Amino acid sequence: MTTIAAKRPLQLNDQGQLRHFLSLDGLPRELLTEILDTADSFLEVGARAVKKVPLLRGKTVCNVFFENSTRTRTTFELAAQRLSADVITLNVSTSSTSKGETLFDTLRNLEAMAADIFVVRHADSGAAHFIAEHVCPNLAIINGGDGRHAHPTQGMLDMLTIRRHKGSFENLSVAIVGDILHSRVARSNMLALKTLGCPDIRVIAPKTLLPVGIEQYGVTVYSDMAAGLKDVDVVIMLRLQRERMTGGLLPSEGEFYRLFGLTEERLKLAKPDALVMHPGPINRGVEIESAVADGPQSVILNQVTYGIAVRMAVLSMAMSGQTAQRQLNLDAEEQN
Amino acid sequence: MRIRILGARVIDPSSGFDQLADLYIESGKIIAIGQAPAGFVAEQSIDAQGLVAAPGLVDLNVALREPGYSRKGSIATETLAAAAGGVTSLCCPPFTKPVLDTPAVAELILDRAREAGHTKVFPIGALSKGLEGEQLAELVALRDAGCVAFGNGLDSFRNNRTLRRALEYAATFDLTVIFHSQDHDLAEGGLAHEGATASFLGLPGIPESAETVALARDLLLVEQTGVRAHFSQLTSARGAQLIADAQARGLPVTADVALYQLILTDEALNDFSSLYHVQPPLRTAADRDGLRAAVTSGVISAIASHHQPHERDAKLAPFGATEPGISSVQLLLPLAMSLVQDGLLDLPTLLARLSSGPAQALRLPAGKLSVGAPADLLLFDPQASTLAGETWYSKGANCPFIGHCLPSAVRFTLVDGHVSYQA
Amino acid sequence: MSLPNPAELLPQMAAALTRHLNQRQISEPRFIGIRTGGVWVAQALLGALGRDDALGILDVSFYRDDFTQNGLHPQVQPSELPFEIEGQHLVLIDDVLMSGRTIRAALNELFDYGRPASVTLVSLLDLNARELPIRPDVVGATLSLEGDQRVKLSGPTPLTLELQTLAH
Repeated sequence: MTTIAAKRPLQLNDQGQLRHFLSLDGLPRELLTEILDTADSFLEVGARAVKKVPLLRGKTVCNVFFENSTRTRTTFELAAQRLSADVITLNVSTSSTSKGETLFDTLRNLEAMAADIFVVRHADSGAAHFIAEHVCPNLAIINGGDGRHAHPTQGMLDMLTIRRHKGSFENLSVAIVGDILHSRVARSNMLALKTLGCPDIRVIAPKTLLPVGIEQYGVTVYSDMAAGLKDVDVVIMLRLQRERMTGGLLPSEGEFYRLFGLTEERLKLAKPDALVMHPGPINRGVEIESAVADGPQSVILNQVTYGIAVRMAVLSMAMSGQTAQRQLNLDAEEQN
Repeated sequence: MRIRILGARVIDPSSGFDQLADLYIESGKIIAIGQAPAGFVAEQSIDAQGLVAAPGLVDLNVALREPGYSRKGSIATETLAAAAGGVTSLCCPPFTKPVLDTPAVAELILDRAREAGHTKVFPIGALSKGLEGEQLAELVALRDAGCVAFGNGLDSFRNNRTLRRALEYAATFDLTVIFHSQDHDLAEGGLAHEGATASFLGLPGIPESAETVALARDLLLVEQTGVRAHFSQLTSARGAQLIADAQARGLPVTADVALYQLILTDEALNDFSSLYHVQPPLRTAADRDGLRAAVTSGVISAIASHHQPHERDAKLAPFGATEPGISSVQLLLPLAMSLVQDGLLDLPTLLARLSSGPAQALRLPAGKLSVGAPADLLLFDPQASTLAGETWYSKGANCPFIGHCLPSAVRFTLVDGHVSYQA
Repeated sequence: MSLPNPAELLPQMAAALTRHLNQRQISEPRFIGIRTGGVWVAQALLGALGRDDALGILDVSFYRDDFTQNGLHPQVQPSELPFEIEGQHLVLIDDVLMSGRTIRAALNELFDYGRPASVTLVSLLDLNARELPIRPDVVGATLSLEGDQRVKLSGPTPLTLELQTLAH
């Protein structure tokens, strides 16, 4: 049987620039670094009195959220506005798709209304890939979170947080704690840390909350906080959802907190200047003690600020990559 | 109609016949192989030099989608696609609308199949009413209406006691039950094999134990009730091993595997392509190798297409929102020939797995190329190739092999001595 | 054609700038160089003026008007302005003035920081190829190039000019 030739990676244009931002899988280190550097510049913009730059003026960014989210949606809206783009937010649970219009048709209609960039959050893993490949390949698609699969902007803002507070990834030890199985944030973080060269990535969770084959991420697995947190530089706590108890994955929030909660005592096992991170929203008393969440080592609120800058970076880079690809296509047509 | 077929390499797997020979057909039956009968004057002559003549393929699971799912397929279109794939006899599963749990539905299907005239159709009846796994369907009435076996699909009986009773009832009348062993609770919510690929992609997983736990239970109940059993659509090496162990213990069970399961693994899912969304799921390379070994050894005696055509919209959504199934019956012969090309099987063994094996599993009057047998034949050119998708008769284009160049090409398919497909 | 030596242009530029600022009674100018060449020229100019003022660095990548054609410039870095813009007299320094669009972008960006009292434009070279009505107040030398030629400044020391021909 003859094989079909390998496809160009979906997220990159012919020059290797970002044109969609779907997942951190397959993106080279240089590109991730470029995102972080660009985000640094946008942070400076955010510190000024006039927080806008005209990069996306006249462009329309469409936030299409099939899954509810206040935090991600708001930061994407802010990011797009700071780039001077026009922003539309569609909360699909209340709109036409619940009346039976397919995802395909919803997005095609928005494209016809001249959207330039879509930011999509969806409960199905692979939704952003589907949209980029089959629905709107010529618009920049930014994945705002798809099922359990990926949350690449969260991954990058977590990396920016670590880089700004720790300098580099070379000698770091990072622990990710909690429900890895259901977490797109954990998957994106593991991929990002690996690509950026972090030598010691740890996951701490009971077996019921770990996906099969987690070794493929190049991480070390712990089921004990005392061992897992020892001397780490960064602790990333994941949110534990109520449903995990009813699904038989855990007996109770209490037992989870007793075994895996980040308390002040447990934090002392890490390095004295270790960072405490959380993608939010936090469940106080379930995965993290209030004193730690509000304490001096916590950078949880900084993560939110960095999130706007990272999203500005990704929106501009993807817009830029799509524009460049259109130009390349036009040039190729002219030559034929 | 008197037909002679000249110069083919005739292979009949059940007798071991494998020689260049001429074939003579009259009134829909094979009346001679080798020497022309005295006074035979052919009305039609087929020059089959360079071709292989084999029993028409017997496909144990081809969803025709009629009645009830006309956007996905119809008896006319899907049986034509099957004929183009070299199939002369096929079994259609009971997942129609209404469900095939009444004789009327069976009769409708058989009438339409006769009208279309492309292949013989042997319906599989529902084991339980509405396929709900609670009340027994009227198996004997269904048998009398033409059903050759009974199954409940992947939705197993929730209650083991009810299942046992259903099997005992079927055993009373020597009816064959087809099992698609999968434990409902272990598989619940799963979209792909629970392994490294599904974890990476964030797809909920169906563990191998969903198949093996159900298989173990089903085999023990088969042993206890003595029902004739055929295990369909195996996906794991462990599962094939359980079947092998049962056969070694003397349990007369048979098994089939989907052709695509012998070729694809869960790594095909890596770009979320819904074309590879199937239930039960594609598993690992090790599972594929185990299934291949079982096919070679004969533990698995049948290969089926498990053809499930879909309209475009059913596959045009994020992975989890798409419907599972691959439409591939038109490629049954050429795709299966890739196994011969890869050295897994020799040609006669492959043909056995595609014709006599499946026919014997369900005791169908098919799969034999011998004097007196119905003239259900496949003539194909083993040296040619098929560009998958160049012609396409199924309503469902949901086939990941479209665009591939596959070895061999079907030239003629004959059913009861009539040419049902000609390339 | 022979290109001038930047080192020889700087003294007259420094003198011209001093005259210009005195005429307008600007006693506390704030110096800003446009990354990257403009920064080198600004540093050299400050040296020629004998001043050690803090130098603002302006990166105009986010304000260019060619984003839709050419996309995001890959080497974006934050601007660094160590002083207020509001109400100040700015001296904006670039290396090569061609179409004028870089200066327009720089002005747009500066006005997002605050409202300056005035902006004096200093350019090492003027290529006489303006597409916008933007004029330097102080210039080192004026040149005319062929359509496919460009000038590139290397630095920071020594500052040298190089002629380049665009590939077809």
